[in-house]
Amino acid sequence: MTTILTYPFKNLPTASKWALRFSVQTKTKKTLAKPNIRNVVVVDGVRTPFLLSGTSYKDLMPHDLARAALTGLLHRTSVPKEVVDYIIFGTVIQEVKTSNVAREAALGAGFSDKTPAHTVTMACISANQAMTTGVGLIASGQCDVIVAGGVELMSDVPIRHSRKMRKLMLDLNKAKSMGQRLSLISKFRFNFLAPELPAVSEFSTSETMGHSADRLAAAFAVSRLEQDEYALRSHSLAKKAQDEGLLSDVVPFKVPGKDTVTKDNGIRPSSLEQMAKLKPAFIKPYGTVTAANSSFLTDGASAMLIMAEEKALAMGYKPKAYLRDFMYVSQDPKDQLLLGPTYATPKVLEKAGLTMNDIDAFEFHEAFSGQILANFKAMDSDWFAENYMGRKTKVGLPPLEKFNNWGGSLSLGHPFGATGCRLVMAAANRLRKEGGQYGLVAACAAGGQGHAMIVEAYPK
Amino acid sequence: MVAYRAIGILSRYRRRNFTESSALLTRTHINYGVKGDVAVIRIKSSTSKVNTLSKELHSEFMEVMNEVWATNQIRNAVLISSKPGRFIAGADINMLATCKTPQEVTQVSQEAQRTFEKLEKATKPVIAAISGSCLGGGLELAISCQYRIATKDGKTILGAPEVLLGILPGAGGTQRLPEMVGVPALFDMMLTSRNIHADSAKKMGLVDQLVEPLGPGIKPPEEWTIEYLEAVAITFAKGLADKKISPKRDKGLVEKLTAYTMTIPFVRQQVYKKVEEKVQKETKGLYPAPLKIIDVVKTGIERGSDAGYLSESQKFGSLAMISESKALMGLYHGQVLCKKNKFGAPQKDVKRLAILGEGLKGAGITQVSVDKRLKTILKDATLTRLGQGQQQVFKGLNDKVNKKALTSFERDSIFSNLTGLISNVLKVDMVIEAVFEDLSLKHRVLKEVEAVIPDHCVFASNTSAFPISEIAAVSKRPEKVIGMHYFSPMDKMQLASAVAVSLKQGKVIIVVMDGPGFYTTRCLAPMMSEVIRILQEGVDLEKLDSLTTSFGFPVGAATLVDEVGVDVAKHVAEDLRKALGERFGGGNPELLTQMVSKGFLGRKSGKGFYIYQESVKSKNLNSDVDSILVSLKMPPKSEVSPGEDIQFRLVTRFVNEAVMCLREGILATPAEGDITAVFGLGFPPCFGGPFCFVALYGPQKIVDRLKKYEAAYGKQFTPC
Repeated sequence: MTTILTYPFKNLPTASKWALRFSVQTKTKKTLAKPNIRNVVVVDGVRTPFLLSGTSYKDLMPHDLARAALTGLLHRTSVPKEVVDYIIFGTVIQEVKTSNVAREAALGAGFSDKTPAHTVTMACISANQAMTTGVGLIASGQCDVIVAGGVELMSDVPIRHSRKMRKLMLDLNKAKSMGQRLSLISKFRFNFLAPELPAVSEFSTSETMGHSADRLAAAFAVSRLEQDEYALRSHSLAKKAQDEGLLSDVVPFKVPGKDTVTKDNGIRPSSLEQMAKLKPAFIKPYGTVTAANSSFLTDGASAMLIMAEEKALAMGYKPKAYLRDFMYVSQDPKDQLLLGPTYATPKVLEKAGLTMNDIDAFEFHEAFSGQILANFKAMDSDWFAENYMGRKTKVGLPPLEKFNNWGGSLSLGHPFGATGCRLVMAAANRLRKEGGQYGLVAACAAGGQGHAMIVEAYPK
Repeated sequence: MVAYRAIGILSRYRRRNFTESSALLTRTHINYGVKGDVAVIRIKSSTSKVNTLSKELHSEFMEVMNEVWATNQIRNAVLISSKPGRFIAGADINMLATCKTPQEVTQVSQEAQRTFEKLEKATKPVIAAISGSCLGGGLELAISCQYRIATKDGKTILGAPEVLLGILPGAGGTQRLPEMVGVPALFDMMLTSRNIHADSAKKMGLVDQLVEPLGPGIKPPEEWTIEYLEAVAITFAKGLADKKISPKRDKGLVEKLTAYTMTIPFVRQQVYKKVEEKVQKETKGLYPAPLKIIDVVKTGIERGSDAGYLSESQKFGSLAMISESKALMGLYHGQVLCKKNKFGAPQKDVKRLAILGEGLKGAGITQVSVDKRLKTILKDATLTRLGQGQQQVFKGLNDKVNKKALTSFERDSIFSNLTGLISNVLKVDMVIEAVFEDLSLKHRVLKEVEAVIPDHCVFASNTSAFPISEIAAVSKRPEKVIGMHYFSPMDKMQLASAVAVSLKQGKVIIVVMDGPGFYTTRCLAPMMSEVIRILQEGVDLEKLDSLTTSFGFPVGAATLVDEVGVDVAKHVAEDLRKALGERFGGGNPELLTQMVSKGFLGRKSGKGFYIYQESVKSKNLNSDVDSILVSLKMPPKSEVSPGEDIQFRLVTRFVNEAVMCLREGILATPAEGDITAVFGLGFPPCFGGPFCFVALYGPQKIVDRLKKYEAAYGKQFTPC
């Protein structure tokens, strides 16, 4: 392991003092507004506190959480329900009873029953897909006001009967006579009762994501120590942001029968010594991905009000940000499962006509420390850019002092379907707070897919 | 040996005169470097593509090990190959070929045994880091190490294929494996010589730890995976030296129970007996190696390892010298030769391929093509027939899923390369026609296809009888028409003989000159004709089948006709007799004609000489054939009718025709003829093919036989 451990990589600062240093430099472009295309703005966005699954939200259903985010958004923005043209939600593991969770949640949250709603799924970038679907509807003139969001409740997942048992039960339903029923029942075998859990692994490769992340980290020579350091940074920054009250997108949620939840509960800055004690979680015994440097199973929901700029202004809103160019990418789901940000970042920058230096706030989804660091190394490698991305030169590293400054999925939590909106709101709020203009949001997702989007601060 | 000494002297000289560490010394096969207290020994034969255990490699290895053992700073070692996808492919076969006597071979074996024993007993633990093929002697080396780590990928396979070469593992394998994997698993490994993938090797206890292969990262994946394997192996080496990791494996309950029952002498005897019976049944006593393997393992277990090692080396020596192993090794060399492309890169890569139906053969070719990710169109005349073809391809892939050789996802993605069509094909780079052997039908198909395909498209006719020039007679562009002949069953057999090919179906390829029947059919047809004559003379089917299988043919002669198809056999026989005359006579073709008219077409129609039923394993005779046989009965000639003569009547006609093919230039080399005959036609592998058979049995003796039969039957047996 020595070669991998000693592979040079600059140490990560655990806190960033220079967050503001680069924010006042000249930009390649003054704005990303395009002629003849409607500007799309984020009026505001909220989220429920993100909780470790199995804690306060454990008795809820997904639409309950989604409803909490929606009512939170209604309170925060006071938007009249009837102006909302359309509602889109992202989710990954679907509750079978509420397969269109967007509609069920909207009805319960008191939105107009005249407002249609649909649910999208694209693994960890489901909420991103909900937002960009909304952007498309507005830009093409189909809608003016959209609510986009996402929800995930990992405390409860659909566990099914086995296929054999299901078949037996369905056949029994159709059986007409007692004789038919008995003959069907006689086919029952005890092993029919073995339950079927929702897949934790990629369907195409049968590999779990953690396993792939561990291999990815090894492929880019990311050491265990680097991963632990990065995770510690994420937790420390999240703690600081939480303590300073920067996580303003969080709305309190009175859980029925329980206390009001006001803040995320997965932030737990530890020490490197403590983290070093953990055993690898996926590739045993020599892997490097552990429980401490991975994102945890999370319950949570988010929602965001998106409008055409002129509509927002006409209604008297002061928007927070523009949603600008975005990009979806996909690559090999086996060996490059989590490299989406590396591929999406240069493409979205090129599309927008910006450079890495123009970006003031990076918000990347942190699935695993190893994944983030592998993406860094891929972006910093000429060899990788030439051989796998068809580029002449490397993408370049995002400066760490502008990167996930208020914590990330590792510390705040990662409710699969809801993370996308959190990333955009974090970028928008950071730009307002830190005074920057452009933010870049990027994420990887199961299936070897990825996403990136440019967020532009709304002029004050 | 001289070269080895020279290197040895040179290295000693260098050591004395230069102060550099000997670890940096460049050797031909092995190098090592020291990382902390771990010596990393890297095998990389610069003289060949694979690493093989040759004399030179062996001596370099000893040299390196002695240095490692003598260096105080080094506490342990990692043994790894620097060639991606290749650990050690086995012992160097040429090394055995140069030995003149069994004693010499025994000595080679004993040297290896001593080295590996030293390795096993060394106080500094050695870890074998295995990535790629670890076979034969390579496996024996690996299991002499204290710990094994293997890359969990498709290329990493372990196995003891010695039995395929007619020999046995001669470097301690038969003695070390029983303890490691248990007696039943050991017999399975050595007698079937199957390749064991890394994850099942882990389950069996053959390797101790797996390493995941890496994807793209900071270096090319294969290269970086090896470095990763090395890094992981080094951590384990340190763990072993610090006694943090135990080389002993926890055995599961089932394993413990098996191990326990194997301690009971009675059970052991039963196991030996059972395995011996099975081997006897399968080999019909034609191959001595499997029985010797059982014997050597038995000696080791029952009489202690000293006796075991001695027996191993002696039997190894005697086996290496007998004709069966020479024949099998010849086949091995021939096969390696035939897998090389002698024609260079094609002008235009075949990217899209069309296959024109007709049952099993079309589907079989389709399967090997989609398997290699070629975009393939399967065309048949009707939707039903097309559906059957598609189903067969799917079933072939799905069987692999059931055997866990593919995931269901891979199956689907491979299957997506297949398009089914009943209309005419367009825009393909190559068309392979596998319609029925009927010249007018082939002409019609060729004309129809030529009307719609692009100019560069190659038309390959899958014929076993007609000369290509005859088929191409109706073509607008005869230079684009070639012949290809595959042997069924397509997906399992190793050989596709073709008159020119630019496909990458992973086939062993032999190229023959154009002529009626080419090589294979020409050899098979006279033998088939003789089969009919023998049947007419009243030899019963089952006796004939058992005579042929006991000679070493994998299927009986009558069964073979059923497999090929009675109608096909009839067509071929008629065409060849027309083209090549009386030499192809013998039995009365009326037998086949009558069988075809009654619908007894062989396995495909459910009835031929035998009756075939789905899900019924045992074959029953088709009694309706008897009446036909009775009507065609001929008196046997007593002087040439004993069992042995029947065997030789069949095989000498085959061999005689093969020699004629070589003389006429149909075949380029005897090696190709041997390979085709063994892998394509089922010629007894223990004789290594018709040409090898002539050499082993003696040309004069064969001529004598032929003359004897010529006296009885005439021209068909005239020696060429």
